[in-house]
Amino acid sequence: MSILVNKDSKIICQGITGSQGTFHTEQCIDYGTQVVGGVTPGRGGSEHLGVPVFNTMRDAVDQTAADVSMILVPPPFAADAILEAADSGVSLVVCITEGIPVLDMVKVKSALRDYDCRLIGPNCPGIITPEQCKIGIMPGFIHKPGRIGVVSRSGTLTYEAVYQTTINDLGQTTCIGIGGDPVRGMDFIDCLELFEADPDTDGVIMVGEIGGTDEEAAAEFIQSNVSKPVVAYIAGVTAPPGKRMGHAGAIVAGGKGTAADKFKALDAAGVATVRSPAELGSKMQEVLGG
Amino acid sequence: MNLHEYQSKRLFANYGIPVPRGIPAKSPNAAVDAAKELGGDLWVVKAQVHAGGRGKAGGVKLARTRGEVHRYAEAMLGTQLVTHQSGPEGLPVNVVYVEEGSDIDRELYLSMLVDREVSRVAFIASAAGGMDIEKVAAETPERIFTITIAPDAGLQDYQARQLAFGLELDKKQMRQFGDLIKRLYKLYMETDASLVEVNPLIVTKGGDVIALDAKINIDGNALYRQPILVELRDITQEDDKEREAAAHDLNYVSLDGDIACMVNGAGLAMATMDLIKLHGGEPANFLDVGGGATKERVAEAFKLILRNRNVTAILVNIFGGIVRCDLIAEGIISAVKEIGVSVPVVVRLEGTNVDKGREFLANSGLDIIAAEDLTDAAKKVVAAAT
Repeated sequence: MSILVNKDSKIICQGITGSQGTFHTEQCIDYGTQVVGGVTPGRGGSEHLGVPVFNTMRDAVDQTAADVSMILVPPPFAADAILEAADSGVSLVVCITEGIPVLDMVKVKSALRDYDCRLIGPNCPGIITPEQCKIGIMPGFIHKPGRIGVVSRSGTLTYEAVYQTTINDLGQTTCIGIGGDPVRGMDFIDCLELFEADPDTDGVIMVGEIGGTDEEAAAEFIQSNVSKPVVAYIAGVTAPPGKRMGHAGAIVAGGKGTAADKFKALDAAGVATVRSPAELGSKMQEVLGG
Repeated sequence: MNLHEYQSKRLFANYGIPVPRGIPAKSPNAAVDAAKELGGDLWVVKAQVHAGGRGKAGGVKLARTRGEVHRYAEAMLGTQLVTHQSGPEGLPVNVVYVEEGSDIDRELYLSMLVDREVSRVAFIASAAGGMDIEKVAAETPERIFTITIAPDAGLQDYQARQLAFGLELDKKQMRQFGDLIKRLYKLYMETDASLVEVNPLIVTKGGDVIALDAKINIDGNALYRQPILVELRDITQEDDKEREAAAHDLNYVSLDGDIACMVNGAGLAMATMDLIKLHGGEPANFLDVGGGATKERVAEAFKLILRNRNVTAILVNIFGGIVRCDLIAEGIISAVKEIGVSVPVVVRLEGTNVDKGREFLANSGLDIIAAEDLTDAAKKVVAAAT
């Protein structure tokens, strides 16, 4: 099994006729994903990449019964696209777009509470269930069906973790890049909850980064709610504190948010942490008993 | 994007937020003219740099005569001001802000930012302004008051009261404060701010609440719809190399070590630095060439990292997903040939067309050290650097 998406998922790409939309939708179709259409306002009635293009998400969902949207529109239009998707009745929105103003996301996140719709991203590689459904910009060929759930805040670092579990034959159930923006849709806890409930997922690899307190919150959640082994790595041990202005960020973080803090919280929760990203795959193999 | 204090205060004034009167000056004589125009017999001369901690670093001076205004402006202008937030090289002082002196009764702290835990804009306030506010937050968190704003409802009166009671304001000041934070909230939303900090917000001896300092950061992702604010950008406050990198879609931060790295993706770039450190080396930089790295970008990246004279070895770590390893290999080869790289280069390629990429590198006739995997790459580059 898998979480969130599988071979039956029907995908609409918002921004399908743009250069990014065209390139990545084509890759998704080649992978075997059921892309049933696209949306570009003003281009309704035409066809692109062999699928129908609609003016609105509502038209697209009415006529294709799609349940997932993949968003590849430029940042100024992304907040609007996310809300249009939610309003059309899809249950999952995957927003790849990078560079959305944070106040747009504050409004989007608040408005999404009115819908029964999950958001992955923005600024993320997307979600993939190997050999069934790829929604996003990750290279499909590094994945392999198997036993591990992968959830990560980073892009290429996710590929690294995925590839290690492909090489050592563990394979993946589903891999999710939740994105690195400060205000985003699904977080680690949402994904961990789904992986815990998925009978085919035997273990979860979690890749975090410095900043925010999502990893600390995830550690707390794992301690009381996750029975499956979790292997974690946090990028940014050597990242310099950097130049900054003012104190507000530090007050809110309240001394949390460094890689050391996150490792500490995860260790305390019984998570198998690795200090080298090269050891994610081998560590998972070890905790699963070979 | 950061704004200077004088720019931030002008914005404050535009929104009707009370600030002391002040005039920016680029020369000591202009500073004296500013003092004349402001009148009175007490002025504050403040160095305009994109960093906090100016007071302790000698960047804020109280002047009681016009001669002192001249002397302080002269001492600040044209120098690099080093504060605990500026980095060791400091930041150039090209402008001083001459402001009328204020009679301070109490110093408070007020700031706004997006609280990522609740995905809302938050106000943070404390009666313990003027002190080390981070220390106050860490040691006596009960002295820090926070409210978060529901985006559809906006800032409510009860929330303003909550903060005002926390700040121990009297009735008149409460009204002023309520008005001030409503204007501040409007400013925050309309300017796409990512941080507004007023440290200190003061109560004057006359009992009025005014913003004695102002820091504003604007969300870089929103600059496309803030054309007027973009004009306020001061590139003299930015790192040359970092700015040049940004112009080529590269994300570069220079560090103190000697092993340069070039990686695609920010997370993998941080992980690569961690690995270098784990194997006994010190990274010379953070450099993300982006998920869609091209041949040209790789060449620009090489030029950039080689401008750092401390570099004794380079590690290139590319996980090709959408980007093809053979193209990256070509980019590395042409860059090394064109620029004449004299330090060892370790390359780790993985992903799309990796075999072809590795073959190109092996047959290039160049002295490139190939690495099998992440750990191997880190070990080889640390060995090559020492």
